[in-house]
Amino acid sequence: MGIKFSLLVVAALIAVVFLGVKVVGMYYVFGVIIPYLAILTFVGGFVYRIMNWARSPVPFVIPTTAGQQYSFPWIKQNKLDNPSTTAGVIGRMALEVLLFRSLFRNSKVELRDGPKLTYQWEKWLWLAGLLFHWSFLIIFIRHLRFFTEPVPGFVHLADTLDGILQVGLPGIYLTDGLILATVTYLFIRRVVIPQMKYISLPADYFPLFLILALATSGILMRYFIRVDLLKVKELAMGLASFHPTVPEGIGVMFFIHFFLVCTLFAYFPFSKLMHLGGVFLSPTRNMPNDSRMVRHVNPWDYPVKVHTYEEYEDHFREKMIEAGLPVEKE
Amino acid sequence: MKIYNANKIIPGLIIFLGLITFPMWYNMGKAAPPPEIKFDTPVIQQMAVKQCVLPKADMRTGHMQLLNEWRTQVVRNGYRTYVAADGKEYNMSLQNECIKCHSNKTQFCDQCHVYAGLQLGSVPYCWTCHIAPKEAK
Repeated sequence: MGIKFSLLVVAALIAVVFLGVKVVGMYYVFGVIIPYLAILTFVGGFVYRIMNWARSPVPFVIPTTAGQQYSFPWIKQNKLDNPSTTAGVIGRMALEVLLFRSLFRNSKVELRDGPKLTYQWEKWLWLAGLLFHWSFLIIFIRHLRFFTEPVPGFVHLADTLDGILQVGLPGIYLTDGLILATVTYLFIRRVVIPQMKYISLPADYFPLFLILALATSGILMRYFIRVDLLKVKELAMGLASFHPTVPEGIGVMFFIHFFLVCTLFAYFPFSKLMHLGGVFLSPTRNMPNDSRMVRHVNPWDYPVKVHTYEEYEDHFREKMIEAGLPVEKE
Repeated sequence: MKIYNANKIIPGLIIFLGLITFPMWYNMGKAAPPPEIKFDTPVIQQMAVKQCVLPKADMRTGHMQLLNEWRTQVVRNGYRTYVAADGKEYNMSLQNECIKCHSNKTQFCDQCHVYAGLQLGSVPYCWTCHIAPKEAK
C-alpha cells in the first residue's frame, strides 16, 4: 500500500514537471518560483521544528549508558559510551553523527530450532546507511560548483576525490553508484524483512523513492541525456545571487532533477528527514551521565510548597522543648 | 514559552543556517553570466562554412563523450578517420584536428570549464598527456 502510494506520488511529481515544462512551458515557475519557495519552506520549517523541540522540556537525565560509567578512580570509565563531561558528550555525538556508532552495535536476534536464541552480527544496515549519508553529503558539496563563482577549493577537492577513478568522460563519480546501490539496499531491506515491511509507512518509502528518482535523474543528465551546463550554472547563479534568470534551451531533464530536489527541500522539515537536526537534540545522546554530580530539576515539576525541618522546628520549638523533645537549635 | 538550552541550540541553528545559505552570501549577490565562447581564431575566420564535426548544440553538451569515443577508436581500435554526418572526413586527433581550428585553448576550453566548476589542469585531464597549443598572450 505504502509502496504503491509513494511510487505514484513520485511518478506524479515527475509527470507534473514534465508536462509543466514541456507542454505548458512554465520555465519561470519551475526554474525560479518553486526553488525559492522550496528553500524558504526548508529554512522556515527547519527553524520551526528545531525551536519546537527546544521548547520541549527534558524531564529526566536519560543518556544511554553503553559502557562503564564514571565511578571510583580505579574503575576505568568508558568516556565515549558513557560520558560524564561535555567533552565526552561532544566526542560521543561526533562519533554518532559522523560514523553512526550506535548503529554499528546493531545485531539481529533470531529464535531458531531448539528453541535457541541467537544474536547475529549485522552490519549491513550500518554500512549502507553510512555510505548513503556520506555519498549524499559529497554530492551536495559537489553541486556547489553550480552555485558559486569562483568555485571554492573544497568543492574542487570533493569533485576530484569523487571522480578519482577517471573512468570515461564526463568522469564517473563514485558517489553516483554508491547512492543508487545504498538507496536500493535500504528499500529492499524494508520490503524483504517482514517486520520492517509491517512497520513501513508511505513516509518511509516516499523519501527513498524521491532520492532514488533524484539520483537517477542526475545520473541520466550527466551521462546520457545531457544538458547545457553553462546555462544551468547561469540559472543556479541567478538564484544564489537573487538575480533570477531562466536561460532558454535547458533540457527538460534538468527541470525534472531540479523539481525533485525542490520537493526534497520542501518536504524535509515535515518528515523523518529532520533527523538531520533531531540527532543533535536527542537526550539519549546529548546528555552527560552526571546525575550523581549535578542535580537535574525536571522543568515541569509543579512548584510544591515544602516545609523543611528547620522551618518546622522554628514553628514548634517552644512546644517541643515543653514536651521534652530534642531540638537542634535552642 | 521557555526555550531550553538556548545557549547551545540557537548558535547551532545559526551555524546550520550559515552553512545551508553558503551560496547566497559567498557570491555576495553577484550574478555570474557564462563566458562567451570565442571562435575568432585565424583558421575559423578563413573557413567558408563554419562547421564542427557535430552541430554546435551537440558539441556543447556532448564534446567530452565524442572525445572519449575518439580516444577509444584511435588508441584501442586503431581507427583514425571519423566520418561526420555530412560525409566529411576528419582525423580523430585532439592535437592535430580539434586544435587546428580551436587554437585558443584558454578562451575556448578553459573559460567554460572553469565556469562549470572544473578544476583547471586536473578535470578534465586532457592536457596532462596532450600538448596544449601555443597561444599568443
